[in-house]
Amino acid sequence: MNYIIEAKELAKSYGDFEALKGISFQVNKGECYGLLGHNGAGKSTTMRMIYGLSIVEEGYLEILGEKITSLTPPHIKQVFGIVPQEDNLDPDLTVLENLEAYGGYFNISRKEARYRGRELLEFMGLADKVDVTVEMLSGGAKRRLVIARALINKPQIIILDEPTTGLDPQGRRLVWQKLRKLKEDGVTMLLTTHYMEEAAQLCNRLAIMNDGLILAEGSPEQLIREHVLPFVIEVRNSLDLLPPNINEKIQQMGGQAEYMVDSLFIFTDRGMELWGKLDSIGLSQHACYLRPTNLEDVFLKFTGKSEEN
Amino acid sequence: MIAFNILKRHLIVFRRTFWSNMVFNVIEPFLYLSAMGFGLGAFVQDMDGMSYMQFIAPGMVASASMWAATFECTYASFIRLHFQKTFHAMLAGPATVSDVAAGEVLFGIVKNIIFGIVILLVIGIMGQVQSIWSLLIPFFLVLPGTVFSLMALSYTGIISHIDYLNYYITLITTPMYLFAGVFFPITSMPVWLQFLVWFNPLYHSVEICRNLVVGTVSILLWQHVASLVIMSLLLAPIPVYFLKKRLIS
Repeated sequence: MNYIIEAKELAKSYGDFEALKGISFQVNKGECYGLLGHNGAGKSTTMRMIYGLSIVEEGYLEILGEKITSLTPPHIKQVFGIVPQEDNLDPDLTVLENLEAYGGYFNISRKEARYRGRELLEFMGLADKVDVTVEMLSGGAKRRLVIARALINKPQIIILDEPTTGLDPQGRRLVWQKLRKLKEDGVTMLLTTHYMEEAAQLCNRLAIMNDGLILAEGSPEQLIREHVLPFVIEVRNSLDLLPPNINEKIQQMGGQAEYMVDSLFIFTDRGMELWGKLDSIGLSQHACYLRPTNLEDVFLKFTGKSEEN
Repeated sequence: MIAFNILKRHLIVFRRTFWSNMVFNVIEPFLYLSAMGFGLGAFVQDMDGMSYMQFIAPGMVASASMWAATFECTYASFIRLHFQKTFHAMLAGPATVSDVAAGEVLFGIVKNIIFGIVILLVIGIMGQVQSIWSLLIPFFLVLPGTVFSLMALSYTGIISHIDYLNYYITLITTPMYLFAGVFFPITSMPVWLQFLVWFNPLYHSVEICRNLVVGTVSILLWQHVASLVIMSLLLAPIPVYFLKKRLIS
């Protein structure tokens, strides 16, 4: 068994609609692997196939050395910890009762589930909420409870489908902090997200998905290094206000002009130098912003090109 | 078996909502019993050789059980399936759709037995329980409970909107309730209707409950047991089929 999860040319269609058009990736033991993409990129379809809510029909999927022929079987689901996109907590129950009921699905006794539950609530910073009804929790606390719940069976693989969607910045950071801690403990994680920062903070490796395909794969640093130059100047002008022949001028100065989501981005090796010369090509520094490139630039480069360019 | 773990989850929730549940499910049969028993009973001298109150009391046990299982596997299951996504949470564990369906049916059976027992106690207090055979009723209720839960859960799996559940209650459950020999003996109905009544699971449940309550036990009762067993076996695969279509893509 080389990989925890291995997909080869995995595809899925619903009627005429091809949700997934053949993707291949491997998840190593102990790493956090991310699927990054817009809504509808095929991330959730992939996840559903892995955690057994969707039938594997085309391509190859292997989990823990076992080929999945239709649905992921119960004994594999037994070692998963699943954090679904929608909170499906039991609203009638208290925080601890939720863990108790969920532990039951994994054949964990009530006593054991309550014991582990308390530990996990401590870990997730919910110790003071043990007997609170779930409905009374904030969005962030609900999310952390869903993660605590996913850990009740001491999973070997944690599957997180957009774990922080809809959370405020504090809530999001708190979730990240907990997930980093789990990663340090050596738990394998598979994560989908459309937040670049989340992917950059948590993932050892990630795949950029668009329209049912994987467009690029690697560590966040590797993706940045391989696909974009080290600096970028964002031009915050509307495209019709740009000076004529600007593309050629940028090129002459050693920059690369890219048009993404109806804005001009100037990628360059020498950020400060080009910054100093913006006036000479008819751009004002006040309308521009120089920064090191990040994952978002890579993502936009692959998925966000303006139509006309 | 994982279905029993799923049942445990339902029981945790049930423990929380026990009293609100109980009041609703007990008051209604009690109202029927007093209105019909005292009101109509004043005009009916004798129904199949017993007082009218005596005639309808065991039918209340059987029908209260039916309503309990039916409401559980229609509205409550629908909410778990579509709104609370409880089934999705269950399926994240080692459970299969069959386990989830079995868990729902088991809970329908448990509720149907509990409400059957409560109504049995109520009619007992009202002096309408004649025989020690009545003690078998809670065990017997497993059978109609299975049938009613399977029927309701199948319908819940088919429909896409909660309002459609009203059709089930109005067009399936209410007619079953009215044409089951609860309020009058089926022999007073036209022959073709007497034939159709054999397909009504509540009729078999009422017959058994009434005979156990008054103690007229005979070998003939097995035909009702057999009918319910056959119905359960025929219905068993149906909710699994429709829930799979809803939950697995």
